[in-house]
Amino acid sequence: MAANMKVKERVAKKQTLCGALMLIEALKAENVKVIFGYPGGAVLPIYDKLYESGVFHVLTRHEQGAIHAAEGYARISGKPGVVIATSGPGATNIVTGLTDAMMDSIPLVVFTGQVASNVIGSDAFQEADVLGITMPITKHSYQVRDVHELPKIIKEAFHIATTGRPGPVLIDIPKDMSVAEAEFDYEQEVQLPGYQPTTRPNHLQIRKLVEAVSQAKRPVILAGAGVLHANAHEQLKQYAEQQHIPVIHTLLGLGGFPADHPLFLGMAGMHGTYTANMALYECDLLINIGARFDDRVTGNLAHFAPKATVAHIDIDPAEIGKNVPTKIPIVGDAKEALIQLIEQNGKRPDVSEWLNKLNEWKREYPLMYKREPGVLKPQRLIEMIHEYTNGEAVVTTDVGQHQMWVAQYYKFKHPHRWVTSGGLGTMGFGLPAAIGAQLAQPEATVISIVGDGGFQMTLQELSVIQELNLPIKIVIVNNQALGMVRQWQEIFYEKRYSHSLIPNQPDFVRLAEAYGIKAMRATTEEEAEYVLKEALVTNAPVLLDFHVHPGENVYPMVAPGKGLHEMVGVKW
Amino acid sequence: MVKRIITMTVNNRPGVLNRITGLFTKRHYNIESITVGHTESEGISRMTFVVNVDDERIAEQITKQLNKQIDVLKVVDITDQAIIVRELALIKVAVTPATRGEIYTLIEPFRAAIVDVARDSLVVQVTGEPEKIDALIDLLKPYGLKEVARTGTTAFPRGSQRASSTNKSLFII
Repeated sequence: MAANMKVKERVAKKQTLCGALMLIEALKAENVKVIFGYPGGAVLPIYDKLYESGVFHVLTRHEQGAIHAAEGYARISGKPGVVIATSGPGATNIVTGLTDAMMDSIPLVVFTGQVASNVIGSDAFQEADVLGITMPITKHSYQVRDVHELPKIIKEAFHIATTGRPGPVLIDIPKDMSVAEAEFDYEQEVQLPGYQPTTRPNHLQIRKLVEAVSQAKRPVILAGAGVLHANAHEQLKQYAEQQHIPVIHTLLGLGGFPADHPLFLGMAGMHGTYTANMALYECDLLINIGARFDDRVTGNLAHFAPKATVAHIDIDPAEIGKNVPTKIPIVGDAKEALIQLIEQNGKRPDVSEWLNKLNEWKREYPLMYKREPGVLKPQRLIEMIHEYTNGEAVVTTDVGQHQMWVAQYYKFKHPHRWVTSGGLGTMGFGLPAAIGAQLAQPEATVISIVGDGGFQMTLQELSVIQELNLPIKIVIVNNQALGMVRQWQEIFYEKRYSHSLIPNQPDFVRLAEAYGIKAMRATTEEEAEYVLKEALVTNAPVLLDFHVHPGENVYPMVAPGKGLHEMVGVKW
Repeated sequence: MVKRIITMTVNNRPGVLNRITGLFTKRHYNIESITVGHTESEGISRMTFVVNVDDERIAEQITKQLNKQIDVLKVVDITDQAIIVRELALIKVAVTPATRGEIYTLIEPFRAAIVDVARDSLVVQVTGEPEKIDALIDLLKPYGLKEVARTGTTAFPRGSQRASSTNKSLFII
């Protein structure tokens, strides 16, 4: 009977469908719960079939909002984000999001409409060479030339986006391909001889690392987002505790290791902690797990980890040895590598002296800022948010000063609660990303912390938040400036504040109210405490406009071109 | 600068050459020449690149980045192997009745052929290693080169490799 059912199902799955219905059936087969998109001419056949499909589609107010929302969804849910945009301007509007997802290894499957096959290349209305434009910013891309291939293409796209090092995959669908019909078979196996990611690490290299650890005097782990993508946070903790190795995070890795753990040294890099950066400078064994030695992490490469033997565990072999010469390369999945390392249970190195030194630095050079009466310091604001949410919230940010303060002062205890634009540094990311994050975890407290600059790049998505009544708490860290630009101009450009001060920002409270969203303003610590507590007990979206001290800078800081040990602003 | 010869097999799909050359542009790798053509297997093409790189680290990065492309099936940096390297050139050289015979004699040791004859010009076809072609072009220059077309390098590992030139395997995997 059961077998009979299976045959029936299989027959049902082999029915003849038009391209648009194939897309919808494929999304159902992939168990996609939500898609983000915006209709237009070239995708009208797809939207027509979506109308009664039962697929949950979120209409963002700009395609950039759709793709950042999909990124937020993917980051929090661990599943690929799905986006639909129309041809031409619809597709070019997602270019920033594709690049962002490519840089930060976010799995996305993006469908773009295209003009009909017979007019491609004729500069038709709303035609753009989307394949050409997006080649360098996608993990892979397709243009459908024969509707028979569509099921295979979609299946491959989901496979490529979510396996190996995750990333965005784009499928460009000419309008006639959505209408044309063919047999729909989604049961076929994916066969990609040119794509066979290595997940199982080489045993000999693992042994080499175990040997190196046993002899190390000053070992340290630098853990990146690869740990989160591999869901290896438990193993990271277990391994660090087993071997007594302190852990440093990259910006994107935060949450992979509990911030309140005694072995945690903080974030590394340009605005990292003194202890983390000095540990990287002084260590004799550096174990990189799933980080790509970005320049914001390493500072001047000539001075990076000068005394260390470098081991690097990465799913992407091209990252190993790209920026930093690596003695022990381990290609593979972070979780599998850590499991093997734990099983090896190698000789624990003697690190007591090293840990003493690190603890001394931690005591001597903590993160610091000055509180002043009557003034709301942005660092204090983040500390308060951390305190009132018990460090449990899902937090999204834009890019700039507020992002660094969140990274420094919101002490993430758990993985998969932190959504930020790391590699590309995309302003306008935080608000739409929060939409995706909240949809991925409807029960979670989601806080979108943005600057007054970046907020205005995607604020139209307030409309979506109101429409879906997503209880997101939007925190604007308002310093009436493009803070990070202003800071650099203060330090490196003789305080010539060229186009970075914006004293005439709109009234964000009334703006939110115009969108039907409750809003409050705070200019002191006392007011901040009141509005934060009020917002956190409100089961609806709330926008909070915090007028923080405008001249505040992010410290400590490694100036561009300097080594990590040359950081400034570590002590009064 | 070091010259590296990289060969690879790729799926013969629309846009694949664009993907590869785009990658070279994106990562600032200098291509000296590219050749592309069908292989013995249907749907699979072979590409041969000659690139100039600063050091071995960049050469390794190139092969790794190429390997990441889904349509790339296999990448090998064959520079250090025993290989056959060939290029073809067509050289249109100006002639007078007086120089015609001289040119015939001159190209003979190169095993080049005259493939087109006109009243005031000849087209010489030559194959071989790029240095040999350079040498012939130099010799023909004084007569007046009207046009030169070169295919770029294509290359192949020899059937049997000398023991000394062991294949430089990637240090990982």
